[in-house]
This record gives sequence, structure tokens and C-alpha cells, in this order.
Amino acid sequence: MKRISVTVNGVRHEAEVEPRTLLVYFIREQLGLTGTNVGCDTSSCGACTVHLNGQSVKSCTVLAVQADGQEVTTIEGLATNGKLHPMQQAFHEEHGLQCGFCTPGMIMAAVGIVDENPDPSEAEVREALEGNLCRCTGYHNIVRAVISGAKASV
Amino acid sequence: MIPAAFEYERPSSLAEALKMLSEGGDDARPIAGGHSLLPLMRLRLARPSLLVDIGGLADLRYVRDEGDHIAIGALCTHHELASAQELTGGCRLIAQVARQIGDPQVRHRGTIGGSIAHADPASDLPAAVLALDGAVVARGAGGSRTIPAADFFLGPLMSALEPGEILTEVRVAKRVGCGSTYEKFQRRAQDWAIVAVAAVIESSGGTISNAAIGLTNMAGTPIRASGVEEALAGAASEEAIAEAAGRVSEVGTPLPDQNASSEYRLHLAEVLIRRAVANAMS
Ligand SMILES: Cc1cc2nc3c(=O)[nH]c(=O)nc-3n(C[C@H](O)[C@H](O)[C@H](O)COP(=O)(O)OP(=O)(O)OC[C@H]3O[C@@H](n4cnc5c(N)ncnc54)[C@H](O)[C@@H]3O)c2cc1C
Ligand code: FES
Ligand code: FES
Repeated sequence: MKRISVTVNGVRHEAEVEPRTLLVYFIREQLGLTGTNVGCDTSSCGACTVHLNGQSVKSCTVLAVQADGQEVTTIEGLATNGKLHPMQQAFHEEHGLQCGFCTPGMIMAAVGIVDENPDPSEAEVREALEGNLCRCTGYHNIVRAVISGAKASV
Repeated sequence: MIPAAFEYERPSSLAEALKMLSEGGDDARPIAGGHSLLPLMRLRLARPSLLVDIGGLADLRYVRDEGDHIAIGALCTHHELASAQELTGGCRLIAQVARQIGDPQVRHRGTIGGSIAHADPASDLPAAVLALDGAVVARGAGGSRTIPAADFFLGPLMSALEPGEILTEVRVAKRVGCGSTYEKFQRRAQDWAIVAVAAVIESSGGTISNAAIGLTNMAGTPIRASGVEEALAGAASEEAIAEAAGRVSEVGTPLPDQNASSEYRLHLAEVLIRRAVANAMS
């Protein structure tokens, strides 16, 4: 076992983990933050996307021990004082979800896209979402939501 | 899918990392971004006994102009390379390639050192480094050595790195005044290349004086299309370029897989070379 200290959504957590524990399972099972989903477990679908030191990553492809001493933000960490993050609000208003399974990962990826490119075109959004799959295939509204969320985030 | 159990250490210096690797024995391995290694470990196709996490070694994270070449620290991520200002002239190819790897999440974690060390014939950066007459610097317990890219890749997932060695730097020729491009053919977004072509072209007034063509996924290692390169020198028309591209058949027969037959791969390579040369010159 390894002792790690990870700051998740601004709160520091000290924990014992096996080195082979994937970050996503640490977040879901040890911290009980189940907003982050596991879709494919093969690094393809993006459902597990969280931010590691401010950058979007697939948490099924990061070890919890690699996050030792680092900062993680999950979907639960986006809202402030009970008010949805502009990107969450945009997904709500533009119907950017159907079953909602891909949504936490989509929103975390979307926030990452807008951090790097505050005013993305539709084509840029589609390209930057290439690591996130939606089995309900609601891509049109997802793309619309990201663009609207980008405008609301400035 | 959970990897088999292993020990994990995070060294605070390169020297410490080398020591941990040499004391860790045959099944100790470095981990950088983990984006090739962890997928293999989850499938239990890799079962290292010890992972030495070099991901935090900040002094292996740089892009430096060294006069006659550009030196890239092994831990630069694809994301960092995609926008690195030092990559100008022909070696802008590295940025063009980095931008096309995987997806943003993958590019935030994956490193150039990991991509080269992993030696996957479908990986994008190896062909680019080869086309830029690159070399890698490897550090082991006994010191440091420089290995030309042309001697580095030995086969699928096999390289000239010795156990316990850490790849610290990738060097590429600057190729001032050259144009470059990477044409990657894939069926779906985020996919690996079925075939891809890296081109570095020196030309003036529409006449090519020098060409380097690297091929991804056309053999068990990245390769140069030397017959094509030879025929491109002096080419001054679309027809001459097309004829030169036809010489890609000289590289031999690429293996078929579920994505493409050998014939289709050769066809793709020929078409992509034509496109790559045209784009590198425009
Ligand atoms: C969903 C997905 C899509 C991808 N798509 C592409 C793609 O389109 N094109 C592409 O080229 N790649 C792709 N990749 C692979 C990605 O680029 C990897 O990041 C890269 O191949 C390996 O870099 P890494 O830093 O993650 O290496 P790691 O996974 O950490 O290591 C890989 C191997 O190299 C060794 N190693 C790592 N660093 C060093 C070093 N400095 N010295 C010695 N040995 C070292 C490790 O021991 C291991 O054996 C994809 C990966 C994923 C998960
Ligand atoms: S669960 Fe991580 S990418 Fe699908
Ligand atoms: S909304 Fe159902 S998977 Fe995307």
C-alpha cells in the first residue's frame, strides 16, 4: 500500500491505496464521488474525464499514485455555492444529454476545451471532443451546448 | 480491468530513477505518461514488478534550440509539443504530428519519450523523428549514449534501449527553410494511423532539391522511403512527384491486418506521399 495525498475539488484527501488502483476507482470507490463514470475501461470513451492540475485526462488511464500531491477536479467540483457551472447550465439548456452517462466526461472535456480555446468554432469543438463518445449519439446538441457554454464562460 | 500488482516508486531525480531501475531488476520499468503502458497492464499484456514514475522529473521537460538541432526533453507531452514555438522550419513536423495523436486527454498525458521508447509501428512520432534524421539520448547506470533514430527501432515494441536505460532526449535536425507535413489516414476520429506519411521537403520555385519521407505502419518499425526520396530530388511537376511516389513499392510488402490488406496499405502510402509532398511545398 502507498500513502497518497490528493486534493480533489479543493479538499485534501489522505489515503492508503494499492499502486495498481486507477484514479477513477479511487475517486468513485474510496472518495464516494460517483459522478465520474467508467464507460469502456480501455481509454477510448472519455466518460471518466476529470481534470488533473487543470488539464482534462482520462482517469481510467492514470494511477491514483500518479495523482499523489496533485489537484483533481471532478464534475462534483464545478458548481459553486449551489449554482451550476456555465457549461453545466449550457448542457441543461441545450439538451446536451439523453441518458446522461457520457455527460460528466463531456462536460469536463468541454471545460478543458474552452480553457484552451475560449471561442471555439463548431468544427474545433467536434475535433476536440474526439476522445468522448456518446452512445445515445446526441452529438449535435452536445456541440451546441459546448459553444453556448463557451460564450457563457467568458 | 485492473492491472496485476506491482510496486511503485517516484524518484526525485534522474540519478535516483536510474538507481531504482537497476536495483529493481529485469521487470522494473519506467512510466512516463502511462498512456501506452497502463492500457497494456490493464490487459495484463505487461506485468512489471516495479514502476519507476519519471513523470515528475521537470528537468526532462524542455524544447531547446541547440544551433544545428532541436533538443526535446523526453517528458514533453504531445500537448506541449503541439504548440512549441521552438519547432520551426522542417522540424515543425513534430508539432504537426503531436497535434494529430489520439485526443486532447491523451495529448495531456502522453510524452515523446514514451512514444519513442514504446516503438509501436503505428505510433506517429517515430516516423517523424526518423524523417528529421533524429537521434535519441539514452542514460544508463554506466553513462549516456546517443543512438541515431535509424538504428533505434528494431521491431514492433522493440528498441535499442537496454533494460535500466532511460531515454532522456530526442534530437531532430532543424531543416531551416524546409516545409513539412504529416498525412495520417484513419477511419475514425481518435484512431491510430492505418498508414501515415511524414514529409520534409526543401524546394525552390517549385523544384524539389531534397526530400525526406517517413512512413508509419508500413513495416514492423517506422521506415524511410528512400527510393521515393531519391526520385523526388529534382522533381518539378505533379507528374514527377506522382512517379516518385510510385516507388514506395520498393519498401517491401507491409503486413495486412483487420484494417487494411497489404495492397491497400501500399496504395494508401502512394496517395498520401503525393498529398504530403504537395502540402509540404505549399
Ligand atoms: C486512447 C489512446 C489513443 C492513442 N492514440 C495514439 C495515436 O493516434 N498515435 C500515437 O502515436 N499514439 C497514440 N497513443 C499513445 C500515446 O501517444 C502514448 O502516450 C505514447 O505512445 C506513450 O507515451 P507515454 O508517455 O504515455 O509512455 P508510457 O505509457 O509511460 O510508457 C510506454 C513505454 O515506454 C517506456 N518509457 C516511457 N518513457 C520512457 C523513457 N523516458 N525512457 C525509457 N523508457 C520509457 C515505458 O517503460 C513503457 O514501456 C494513444 C493512446 C491512447 C490511450
Ligand atoms: S472509461 Fe476511461 S476512457 Fe472510457
Ligand atoms: S447521453 Fe447517453 S451516452 Fe451520451
